[in-house]
Amino acid sequence: MSESPEESGRAAFGQKSAELAVAAFFFAIGAIVIVDSLRLGTGWQEVHGPQPGYFPFYLGLIICVASLVNATRALLVKRADDKAFVEVGQLKLVLTVLVPTAIYAALVTWTGIYAASFLYIALFMRLLGKYPLWKAVAVPAGVIVVFFVVFEQWFKVPLPKGPLENLLGLG
Amino acid sequence: MDEIQSLWHGFGVALSPTNIALMFTGVILGVIIGVLPGLGGANGVAILLPLTFGMAQTPGGATSAIILLSCIYWGALFGGAITSILFNIPGEPWSVATTFDGYPMAQQGQAGRALTAAFTSSFVGAFLAVVMITFLSPVVAGFALAFGPPEYFAVYLLTFCAFIGTSKEPPFKTLAAMMLGFALAAVGTDTVTGTLRLTFGSTHLLTGFDFLVAVIGLFGIGEILLTLEEGLEFRGTKAKLNMRVVLETWRELPRYWLTSVRSTLVGCFMGIVPGGATPASFMSYGVARRFSPDGAKFGTGKIEGVVAPETAAHAAGTSALLPMLTLGVPGSPTAAVLLGGLMIWGLQPGPLLFVEQKDFVWGLIASMYLGNIAGLIVVLTCVPLFAAILRVPFSIIAPIIIVICAIGSFTVKNAMFDIWMMVVFGILGYLFKKLQYPLAPLVLAIVLGDNAESAFRQAMLMSQGDLSILFANTLVGTMTTLALVLLFWPMISALLAKLRGKPG
Amino acid sequence: MKTSIALAVSAAFAAVLSPAVQAQTWEPTKNVEFIIPAGTGGGADQMARAVQGIVAKHGLMKQSILPINKAGGAGAEGFLDVKNAAGDPHKIIITLSNLFTTPLATGVPFNWRDLTPVQMLALDNFVLWVNSKTTYKTPKEYLDAVKKAGPGKLRMGGTGAKQEDQIITAAIEQRTGVKFTYIPFKGGGAVATQLVGGHVDSTVNNPIEAVAQWRAGSLRPLCVFDTQRMPYKEKVTKDMSWYDIPTCKSTGLDIDYLMLRGVFMAPGVKPEHVNYYTGLFAKVMATPEWRKLMEDGAFNTTALKGKEYADWVAREEARHVSLMKAAGFIAGQ
Repeated sequence: MSESPEESGRAAFGQKSAELAVAAFFFAIGAIVIVDSLRLGTGWQEVHGPQPGYFPFYLGLIICVASLVNATRALLVKRADDKAFVEVGQLKLVLTVLVPTAIYAALVTWTGIYAASFLYIALFMRLLGKYPLWKAVAVPAGVIVVFFVVFEQWFKVPLPKGPLENLLGLG
Repeated sequence: MDEIQSLWHGFGVALSPTNIALMFTGVILGVIIGVLPGLGGANGVAILLPLTFGMAQTPGGATSAIILLSCIYWGALFGGAITSILFNIPGEPWSVATTFDGYPMAQQGQAGRALTAAFTSSFVGAFLAVVMITFLSPVVAGFALAFGPPEYFAVYLLTFCAFIGTSKEPPFKTLAAMMLGFALAAVGTDTVTGTLRLTFGSTHLLTGFDFLVAVIGLFGIGEILLTLEEGLEFRGTKAKLNMRVVLETWRELPRYWLTSVRSTLVGCFMGIVPGGATPASFMSYGVARRFSPDGAKFGTGKIEGVVAPETAAHAAGTSALLPMLTLGVPGSPTAAVLLGGLMIWGLQPGPLLFVEQKDFVWGLIASMYLGNIAGLIVVLTCVPLFAAILRVPFSIIAPIIIVICAIGSFTVKNAMFDIWMMVVFGILGYLFKKLQYPLAPLVLAIVLGDNAESAFRQAMLMSQGDLSILFANTLVGTMTTLALVLLFWPMISALLAKLRGKPG
Repeated sequence: MKTSIALAVSAAFAAVLSPAVQAQTWEPTKNVEFIIPAGTGGGADQMARAVQGIVAKHGLMKQSILPINKAGGAGAEGFLDVKNAAGDPHKIIITLSNLFTTPLATGVPFNWRDLTPVQMLALDNFVLWVNSKTTYKTPKEYLDAVKKAGPGKLRMGGTGAKQEDQIITAAIEQRTGVKFTYIPFKGGGAVATQLVGGHVDSTVNNPIEAVAQWRAGSLRPLCVFDTQRMPYKEKVTKDMSWYDIPTCKSTGLDIDYLMLRGVFMAPGVKPEHVNYYTGLFAKVMATPEWRKLMEDGAFNTTALKGKEYADWVAREEARHVSLMKAAGFIAGQ
């Protein structure tokens, strides 16, 4: 957090590399789709019409072709004209939320949704919002109680629970 | 007029103090369901169904029971718009199209205006659809019977062509995004042969990618990541907090009567077919964008872009009850659960319901009028409250939204895997938005892809592989032609302009 | 008065049918998930929700039953969920024929032996239906017309691919040498509507899926795929009851097929868990609501449990293997 504004304004990625990365992602998806549709059969049978792989095959093909076009267009951009896709400072902010969110998603598997949500909201408020501790505890506590009542008690929708709930006899 | 008399009688049945209390209870529960993406209308109805079991056994009780349940349905239809407009997270699938203009409006500090427009149009759409049910149900009920696989395919094609038009985004990016949507829709069991596609032995993929999970990630999480780039300070514009905004918006709305009428027609058509409220909202949005003088500015926060999908979704949601009652074919998962309820109460949906259970049917129709009025009153009085949510600082509301999104993704299929998928879709949403890959065609393809492909292949089975079945009769031929006209409309209108430019 | 009789009867039934009642020491300590390996609105879904309603209404259980649909992969999602919940007594699943057909047709790894059999609730009938605008009055007339039209010219509509409806269709084809074009749809209600609309020529809908259209005079039943007539003699239409529909066998179409509506639990549960649920279902099946459901849907009310149930399922599995093998529906065949 101590770098100069200049540092955080520097491009973390160029537009060009981002374009190429996303085009590569599309190409990979297209290729995967093509591989599986070849297994399923891509023909148009006389009596039955298209086989299960008929549409996916052409979808995959179009995705691959389109991604190649998009990649070529990105490559044609001159280095000098390349804009910043995201600046270092921005990327840091995005990652400060994205990384905890990914950890949160993983945590839900172990602790259930309530405990993980409590931690996530509390830490978010404390570390990013700089709220006093009592607020950072009270708000998430209130939120999970409301969710528990609405989902488990009113609508009887069971949400994932972990060891803590089992301990409390709520599981 | 027989209908008027029956309806009057129906009001008599529906307008007991108990039933009115049930109406408001139902609507409020429904709004909660609509707001939280984790709760579908089907959940609410399913949970209350056993309660209504005892109710249905008292005289007139079946009517009270269906009033309670159908009001949940109205409430959910209203409520879906709220989170779409405020946070870009559709609470229900049919409010995805509402995000396109509703969310930009909220960002510009017009959340109150957008919410009022959404609620009012919902009401108008539903109201007109009920009028249609009241007077035309015998005529219209049989219409759905004309729809076989080729007709269904033509409806999906029509929806698609109505929505995909001139897009501002680079064409190859639009194409890639759209095809990605279709590919995602193909994952899972193939309806026609029962084989598994694109699952690669993974049990998580058996069920395919759910539309709601993709939308929550792409729109909701993606939007939060984008907002973050601009820092953590809350920059929400002060939304007006009094009821004046409602009256001001009402003064403005009559200007869009043509959009409302068009959207109602689209909605009723899609509801009766039954094509569903979600395709109806997309189709209506697409049609409005094409024919509005302001069409080019759609997506930047035009009020018409809220009016069109909301009117159509509600009109479709309402008229979908008609095929359910008369044919026993549910137009939505919620309708399916309602249908189960009818049978448990000892009512048999089907062509004879209107004859054998007059009291019940007209009580239900009367409750549609009253339930919608109750719904409108509830949601409109809450507009300032909803708009006030935007004043909550970002570092409190953002994690709560993400938690709600996670719960929403989980509950779609009770699968932890979907929470992961939500995060992945969130990252994709962020990248796509920044790189100008359009999200709307992608989600539309996820919604329609599977059904459209099944319908097409069923049609091909019927015709033994002959494409001419798509023009085999007037109905399917008209729809296919219309779809093609809409698809090529930019070229056709250019051609027309050229012809007009050189008269004589 | 009626209710009290019913309650007395149900108590008696529970006592007679489940000798395990005394040994029943366990009961659910939290809500029980009732997994439905099919979509909302279908036959399994309706039955599970009816059970939920009956249990709630008569207070048969301290906790609630929560129906949850896990329809993905032709039901594989639901079966795998229960299979992976070894030892969990708070999860039960209702099955349809996809218990056998899904693993065979898709190769998804599960088998009914991975689960613990609890109770057969009922067996669902299948009826051969045609549109009432046609002139066919007997299966023979219809099948002759199919033969005369040529292979693949007439269309049979059904729910899903390589599942019960298509298995019956294939069995008819094998027995009689006719050839249909089978068109799969997503739900039984939609199938019946397609038949009314004339988009398909016949269906093998379950009674409950087609009864409304039959009563309205749009559909005509030709025969039922059971070894005996359905026992319900109350008039459904003006001049016919379910009992009046002949068995297919008696008309020369020698095919019988019933679909399991049964309950299973996760593997590795204790006998007292199973006993609790058999006791619960005995009470459910003694209620007037349940009898009404059986009558409305013209179900075959065979309700086995314990070893008899497991034996029945094993026989049925073997039968599905041979039926599906003959039809060429087995994955990787």
